[in-house]
Amino acid sequence: MGKFQKKRGKASPEVSTASLPDIIFMLLFFFMVVTVLRDSEKKVDVVTPQVTELTKLEKKSLVNHIFIGRPVEKYKAVYGTKPRIQLGDKFASLDEIPLFLEKHKSKVSENMRGGIKTSLKIDNSVTMGIVADVKLALRKAGQLLVNYSAKPRAD
Amino acid sequence: MAKTSSRDRMKNEINAGSMADIAFLLLIFFLVTTTIVEDKGVLVKLPPWSEEPPDITKLKTRNVYSVLVNADNQLLVRGEEMKVKDLKDNAKIFIKNPQRLENMAENPKKAIISMKNDRGTKYKTYLEVYNELKAAYNELRDEEALARFGKEYEFCSKDQRKEIRTDIPLVISEAEPTAFGEEN
Repeated sequence: MGKFQKKRGKASPEVSTASLPDIIFMLLFFFMVVTVLRDSEKKVDVVTPQVTELTKLEKKSLVNHIFIGRPVEKYKAVYGTKPRIQLGDKFASLDEIPLFLEKHKSKVSENMRGGIKTSLKIDNSVTMGIVADVKLALRKAGQLLVNYSAKPRAD
Repeated sequence: MAKTSSRDRMKNEINAGSMADIAFLLLIFFLVTTTIVEDKGVLVKLPPWSEEPPDITKLKTRNVYSVLVNADNQLLVRGEEMKVKDLKDNAKIFIKNPQRLENMAENPKKAIISMKNDRGTKYKTYLEVYNELKAAYNELRDEEALARFGKEYEFCSKDQRKEIRTDIPLVISEAEPTAFGEEN
């Protein structure tokens, strides 16, 4: 320590690192703001299929999500293993879909309502029966823009 | 500790050097936990709901490319069995009909892909089939765009894209699923 100080002398050519924490904090706040914590508890297991023709969903506020999958482990005892629909953070039946869509619609400003998309997050193992029922419910509710959520596949 | 440091340095300040480390730690935590969820998927426009079933008798059979998927996830394309991986190329040939065959689409505008599945079909298979059909159209559009404007479809201007879209419209009609298979 003593040796070190002698060498340096009186002038300190050190770069000030005092602002480093500020810079890091700025980055930190950025990530804290960007991070979206899951707002709804996952009640069904969803592993989406892998495809090649993907479209990115933009404008998150215009997207509502419908999950279809088998109940997760802790709900299996109550809800069984058959595929179920999850709207928001709870299990739902088909006839709750119109209300769910309407609730989401009311949060969107009027001139943007034409662009509302429904993101269907459907598990790989689900059969088409329940999917067809949901599709029919969406069509009846006038919600025609649908996105089958999927992961990219490398060919 | 504080006493010795103040004696040594003759200055009374808190060492802020470790602040950066603490902030880094937090930063790395958030970096790791953040999953910038990018919602991607296959975008589909469903047909509007109407009580009456659509009238398809007007269509010529040569323009219809029927794809049936059964509950065992097997494909029947225009009466013949097919693998999913062959579907795209087959569909492309059908839509474009480069040799002007009698039994294929008159032109891309008139081509209609009709898809029907069973309630027991796996969603995975359904989406893969849909994806292949969409890929066929996307590739056709790309080829057309390259031939016409010398660049791929997605790099074309809005008007150019519209021109190609009207010439090669994406028409995938889906029939009500049959209910032979077991749902689970």
